[in-house]
Amino acid sequence: MLEIKNLHATVSGKEILKGIDLTIRPGEIHALMGQNGAGKSTLSNVLVGHPAYTVTEGSVTFNGKDLLALSPDERSHEGLFLSFQQPVEIPGVSMANFMRAALNAKRKYLGQEPLDASSFLKLMREKRKVVELDSKLANRSVNEGFSGGEKKRNEIYQMAILEPTMCILDETDSGLDVDALRIVAEGFNKLRTPETSAIVITHYQRLLDYIKPNFVHVLLGGRIVKSGGPELALEIEQRGFDWIKEEIES
Amino acid sequence: MSSDQETTNAFVRSVAERTYEYGFTTTVETEVIDRGLTEDTVRLISEKKGEPEWLLDFRLKAFRYWLTLEQPTWGHLKMPEIDYQAISYYADPTAKKKQGPKSLDEIDPELMKTFDKLGIPLEERLALSGTAVDAVMDSVSVKTTFREKLAEQGIIFCSISEAVREHPDLVRKYLGSVVPYRDNFFAALNSAVFSDGSFVYIPKGVRCPMELSTYFRINAQGTGQFERTLIVCDEDAYVSYLEGCTAPMRDENQLHAAIVEIVVENRAEVKYSTVQNWYPGDKDGKGGVLNLVTKRGLLRGVNSKLSWTQVETGSAITWKYPSCVLAGEGSQAEFYSVAVTNNFQQADTGTKMIHLAPRTSSTIISKGISAGRSQNSYRGLVRVAPKAEGARNYSSCDSLLLSSTCGAHTFPYMDIQNPTAVVEHEATTSKISEDQLFYCQQRGIPQEEAVGLIVNGYAKDVLNKLPMEFAVEAQKLLSVSLEGTVG
Repeated sequence: MLEIKNLHATVSGKEILKGIDLTIRPGEIHALMGQNGAGKSTLSNVLVGHPAYTVTEGSVTFNGKDLLALSPDERSHEGLFLSFQQPVEIPGVSMANFMRAALNAKRKYLGQEPLDASSFLKLMREKRKVVELDSKLANRSVNEGFSGGEKKRNEIYQMAILEPTMCILDETDSGLDVDALRIVAEGFNKLRTPETSAIVITHYQRLLDYIKPNFVHVLLGGRIVKSGGPELALEIEQRGFDWIKEEIES
Repeated sequence: MSSDQETTNAFVRSVAERTYEYGFTTTVETEVIDRGLTEDTVRLISEKKGEPEWLLDFRLKAFRYWLTLEQPTWGHLKMPEIDYQAISYYADPTAKKKQGPKSLDEIDPELMKTFDKLGIPLEERLALSGTAVDAVMDSVSVKTTFREKLAEQGIIFCSISEAVREHPDLVRKYLGSVVPYRDNFFAALNSAVFSDGSFVYIPKGVRCPMELSTYFRINAQGTGQFERTLIVCDEDAYVSYLEGCTAPMRDENQLHAAIVEIVVENRAEVKYSTVQNWYPGDKDGKGGVLNLVTKRGLLRGVNSKLSWTQVETGSAITWKYPSCVLAGEGSQAEFYSVAVTNNFQQADTGTKMIHLAPRTSSTIISKGISAGRSQNSYRGLVRVAPKAEGARNYSSCDSLLLSSTCGAHTFPYMDIQNPTAVVEHEATTSKISEDQLFYCQQRGIPQEEAVGLIVNGYAKDVLNKLPMEFAVEAQKLLSVSLEGTVG
């Protein structure tokens, strides 16, 4: 469903991605690991169309469509979802208004009628349980005054409402304690359908204990330098990245 | 020109014009008096309205005083030169019927249609639930709804012209008592030539069961509108009053110079809300309404309350400072404002809180939102007189910038003459953040809608103060006013 070919991208004129090739089929979970600055977040930002990043070469197709030709909101409607590393606060905008605008924009794109207020509130209540989100949080402004863990949970909550087919979890585990991590990861697992794919960006094995990847890729210097099965993540957990660097250099 | 180009141009035009949806004109036989302003003009207006001698005297005094004044220049505004002799000061779209219309059947169907189109049905059965309307076009009140029903409780709600005829003692007692004609240049002008506006009197102990509202519409070309509104809320009474305004799109500037006076007696409470959507001019700054307004409330009574809430999105120029004189002990005043400027719009708006009595308190919440090449200024005065023991004021003025070519300015003045007063002032300026916009877009919300959402969130504290129906309108208006401002 997602096919990335020879993707090059720059930010502020500096090339960060230097030829990424990656194919993700429906239902597959791909873990993306690598040291800071390797290009993990750049890749996720490029995929969702952040305006600060420029694609200089390569192609990305998503469900047969040229993803790079779509606007960020269209990419979202097509089923792409990014769980942000640092979700922003939007003061004064209630979660209900925010998610209703998002969901109805998607429904409009898909040629469906907008959801009326009462059905929408019912949907919100149902989905809230999946991530064990306090009803008070759901009534507050988007991320305003949320703790780090609450923000991450709120990301998964939004995912639950939008039901994307391709999720990118950008360091969703960062800043979470063990309990919060479990709730977020289990929430994600509950939402998964057999067709849901994901790119899971993380530094640690502990998230992958919950969200089990089919493939693990190591990003280094803007390229995928090593791919393997779940065992690769365990090996990185024990040995770090240096041995991979040495492998490449030799 | 190729047909492709024509199609493109038409599209661009439609997008540019889409932002002002009330820009149509009504074809109706309108009696417009000759342009120009002399003592004879003042006499003619007074005569047309069949006014008593004392009111003509009031007008003439105001006019003679106005002649001695110069237009003020202290606003942070580039004001186009106004040729006061090139304006017609009276336009009556109901002139065809000799008498003012008494029943619906007598109202020109074109006028009915116009107000329907504006979402202000003049038939009571179609009215917004719980809202009575005084509909004013150009210089004349076309219709006031629910008058009889309100009269059952002794509430007077009618046009000021009718009030002069039917309740002369009340009008005479209060007219000019809050904003004297000597107040300022535009107040003197208004006092000389004012035409219609609303009169409200809520008797002692009555809680007005409906929202009262006035809808101002400018239609005729080359005219000015000189609204005059007077609201008196007697002891222990309550009223919520709303005001809305629109005008056609015209290349010339149109003048709207209004006076609103409010008197609040012991323990009475008045809420006054405005959604101002006068034509703002086109995207190049051509045309638009010059909105030069003096609004003031006198909190005469002990423990009286007055709150001004305004959402200002229209007008080429807004010069407006709804103010409160806190003369009753323990009186409380509030000012909540959202002012949006886009393209070449200019706004210089704010409030004055004059604390005269002990234990008075006031709150000012102002949110300025600027886009395009517009200029948006907050100007506010907090004065605490020597006798205002224990007075309190809290002011918060925020500015949100949506472009790098617009300007936001804050001019807070303080004059504190009592050492026990507590006065706080906070101010912030921020830019709409790319990260917020992108976050919305990633969730599927298109960029323009995202701007509307973020701006509405920013203005929420103020919008929440509006009555429900108005709040919904105002939210839409904020989004529409800012279409095309980002990206």
